[in-house]
Amino acid sequence: MPFGLLKYGINADYPFDKEADLPPPSELKARYDVVIIGGGGHGVATAYYLAKYHGITNVAVLEKGYLGGGNTARNTAVIRSNYLTPEGVKFYSASVKLFENLSNEFDFNIMYSQRGQLTLAHTDATVRSFRQRAEVNKHHGGRTELISPSDIAKLVPTLNLNPANLPVLAGLWHRDGATARHDAVAWGYARGATQRGVELHQLTEVTDVLTHAGRVTGVQTNRGVVNAGVVVQAVAGHSALMAQKAGFKLPLVAYPLQAMVTLPVKPFLTPLVSSSALHCYVQQTSRGEIVFGGGSDPYPLYNSRSSLPLKESLIASAVEMFPFLSEMRLLRQWAGITDMTSDYSPIMGLTPLENYYIDAGWGTWGFKATPICGKTMAELVASGGNVPELIQPFELDRFSRFKQVNEMGATAASH
Amino acid sequence: MKIMNCPLNGPRNISEFVYGGQVKAMPDHTGSSDSAWADYVFYEKTEIGLVLEWWLHSPSSYWFIAERHNGSDEITRTFAPEAIFCNRVDFKTSEVPV
Repeated sequence: MPFGLLKYGINADYPFDKEADLPPPSELKARYDVVIIGGGGHGVATAYYLAKYHGITNVAVLEKGYLGGGNTARNTAVIRSNYLTPEGVKFYSASVKLFENLSNEFDFNIMYSQRGQLTLAHTDATVRSFRQRAEVNKHHGGRTELISPSDIAKLVPTLNLNPANLPVLAGLWHRDGATARHDAVAWGYARGATQRGVELHQLTEVTDVLTHAGRVTGVQTNRGVVNAGVVVQAVAGHSALMAQKAGFKLPLVAYPLQAMVTLPVKPFLTPLVSSSALHCYVQQTSRGEIVFGGGSDPYPLYNSRSSLPLKESLIASAVEMFPFLSEMRLLRQWAGITDMTSDYSPIMGLTPLENYYIDAGWGTWGFKATPICGKTMAELVASGGNVPELIQPFELDRFSRFKQVNEMGATAASH
Repeated sequence: MKIMNCPLNGPRNISEFVYGGQVKAMPDHTGSSDSAWADYVFYEKTEIGLVLEWWLHSPSSYWFIAERHNGSDEITRTFAPEAIFCNRVDFKTSEVPV
């Protein structure tokens, strides 16, 4: 590898054009076997696994903006599986395992970095909940344990163990916790999918879903009608609006989620640290930037605007955890729209339309599920509607059967 | 600073208010089917546009209704819940088989 780099360095004919990541834009065909609405991580991952494992390559991914420009680019890139329910832990653990090998699989560096994730408990109730999460996680093969404040001090010496006068009582230490470059995940999947024949159409907005007798026949786009054998919807924050176009409703509420990142500095923080009481998580990316993320906005809104009160409270919490961060300069701040379910679990699988599959309800936990979501959605499509066992608990009809999968205590946001 | 007009306390900082979900018509609690009840509990209006919502002025524990645009965040009006909820609902359970 170093010799290869050296060769490129002194070679006037740097082979950049020959290794373009994506093929140039093409005309839309009149029909595809599979149309995927949404060119974010989940959409392109589904296309990738369809092509790779199931030989289904007559696939179009339709993206209204640009590849990975929605919530794939707006999340805070946390990968973990220390959830609360066995269903959730099994699902996210499978995702963590796929993430571990993704750079090799793509031959493309997604900057996957497994540094462990530490969640802080400030109340006895949270400690009890952590103990349960640790046991559930261990039972399903994850590496999670409850650790004491003195262990926390060794793990993260820079952390204030009495933030906002809420002493840290214990920590949930999740060794499988990791981060990766979120854009690169989308790029890697898109490159792998398009190399296998999948078409990615950016700036192609689906304006209507065409149905006939309980089946979807195609989609109307700003570039004309596209017929489809199967349609998969993976549009994150706008899921409920897209489902309306298809003629059914989703139990989702859209909340903005705000985050920010500082200028890069030398590495000082290895684990990803979050506080359950301060609703704040802090991590340092492999590029050195400090990412601050928190809970969703206090009320629903279809708007990725930012608000000063939320930024203020997020920074206040981050500075309580790491007081010296008050000296840092912010580089960027942004918001995304999260489609929250009432049980904090996703909605995946069948819909009232026979050949229309849904991948929604990803709220604040979508990025970490990208690989396993793509893999299971591809299995669902390829099998013609047999829902893989791993995602059966997350079916849409759980809301009418009162079979929710309650992950409320295990997400960093708004609990 | 975003201001909300509380029907009881007048214009106040939005940080004093707590969101309480959309205003929905409750189905008949004695005879509705499970799916109708699930609809009522889990589904909200998701279109972009004006929505009626419950809000609480937290310092005075006063619940009221606000009409707000869920795309622009503009609050168009706020009013006391008596304007909509003018009949008492008695939760009798005698007709539900045990």
